[in-house]
Amino acid sequence: MNRVVITGLGAVTPLGHTAREYWRNLSEGVSGLGPLTLPVESETLTQKVAAEVKGFDPMQHFEERVIPQLDRVSQFAVVAAREAIAQAGIKFDMALSVRTAAIIGTGVGGQTTHDDSFRRIYKENRPRAYPLTIPKLMANAPASQISMHCGLRGPAFAVASACASATHAIGLAFHMVRSGAVDCAVTGGTEACLTYGTVRGWEALRVMAPDMCRPFSADRKGMVLGEGAAMLVLEPLERAKARGATVLAEMVGFGMSADASDLIAPDVDGMSRAMQGALDDAGIAANRVQYINAHGTGTTANDETETQALHQVFGAHAKKLAVSSTKSMVGHALGAAGALEAVATVMAARDALAPPTIGWLGRDPACDLDYVPNEPRKMDIDVALSNSFAFGGLNAVLAVKRFA
Amino acid sequence: MTDVTNDVVGIIAKKKRIEKPTVELTDRLEDLGLESIDAVEMIFDLEEKFDIQIPVNANNPRTEFDTVGQVVKAVQQLVDEQKNK
Repeated sequence: MNRVVITGLGAVTPLGHTAREYWRNLSEGVSGLGPLTLPVESETLTQKVAAEVKGFDPMQHFEERVIPQLDRVSQFAVVAAREAIAQAGIKFDMALSVRTAAIIGTGVGGQTTHDDSFRRIYKENRPRAYPLTIPKLMANAPASQISMHCGLRGPAFAVASACASATHAIGLAFHMVRSGAVDCAVTGGTEACLTYGTVRGWEALRVMAPDMCRPFSADRKGMVLGEGAAMLVLEPLERAKARGATVLAEMVGFGMSADASDLIAPDVDGMSRAMQGALDDAGIAANRVQYINAHGTGTTANDETETQALHQVFGAHAKKLAVSSTKSMVGHALGAAGALEAVATVMAARDALAPPTIGWLGRDPACDLDYVPNEPRKMDIDVALSNSFAFGGLNAVLAVKRFA
Repeated sequence: MTDVTNDVVGIIAKKKRIEKPTVELTDRLEDLGLESIDAVEMIFDLEEKFDIQIPVNANNPRTEFDTVGQVVKAVQQLVDEQKNK
């Protein structure tokens, strides 16, 4: 089995359009939340806050003629993938291209295209849709566009598990590189879900915070939606060494589970089994973990349940963990969240710095761990977990190790 | 029983497939077996029925309903406000 390393990162986020800028802001505790500024009908929404990718101009990244083929969700994905590949310094010749996977998570695919099309058909009563409506909105469009724009000819497909999509995608890619099924993988997640229709749907769930996302904090009011994309380049350690690449961190474990209980309520046992699965897959004892990038949505239910699951898996060691939720800074980017958080986890291990949970007001008795409140913390991180727990009870956890 | 009470009790009873006359205003929603998804659906049904906006957030215990009577009271108040507009 190959040891698998991360040699490239890319990101388009509410805190910057590159992985470097994103991480710099995360590590300084900057908030990417702000007023929701949808172009259409947004004044009637009760939800006023979101973490938007601001100032993203597709003309800076794509030829004008291909832009109508790319939903915002695919634009983010391709830009992040290009950055990750450039950082890895890989040129894909035909031999490597056919052995490289593109496995991309997305929760809901091309929502902008959906929304625009439905508005046109139902509201404006136009008799026809735009010709590329279907290939723009399909959930595999981001994977297909990365394959086409970056010239990747190996296994390529989408993974959908709502808020865990990217983590499932990265974990699957990790296992494929580890087993030798492929020689390289470009993997991550993307989401552009801030449309009138989807925000209305989220409002109806009654889980959204009116102002800020305050994970694990007393007086937290729920989650805030985000958007963006993040991508990682994974390859075998031997290949990275042979070509003299800079290794950012090692990916060592992946665990997954299903709750088989409730559609929306989280489950201690399902979360625990996914975390334990990642540790077992890595062959690493729980007490060697220092940092957890939590799912930490900021809802009452998730944060309490995730805390209980951390106690269950880590026992007395749980109190020694630094646990933070970067969703406090970039909101919940659903199918991209796991990739944004995997990038944060890799950089946390590499830079020996735990990003904070910002907006933290004080202790909730049900959340009794160390959540790195409000201020980043310099600390050695040898092993870290990145947690993702999706609606539908689908859980996925990655284990990342500092590369020394 | 007022019209609003009748409708609210009807929506709750239908949701849980219980006999309407057995639902009391003092009954707790939790004791009637209304779980989180049921509560969200009940609020939607009430908003649709009365054309009102009920400000409930699952993360804010102060906005959540405990008993059937509290739901009736809140809906009645919102319906009255609607009429006076």
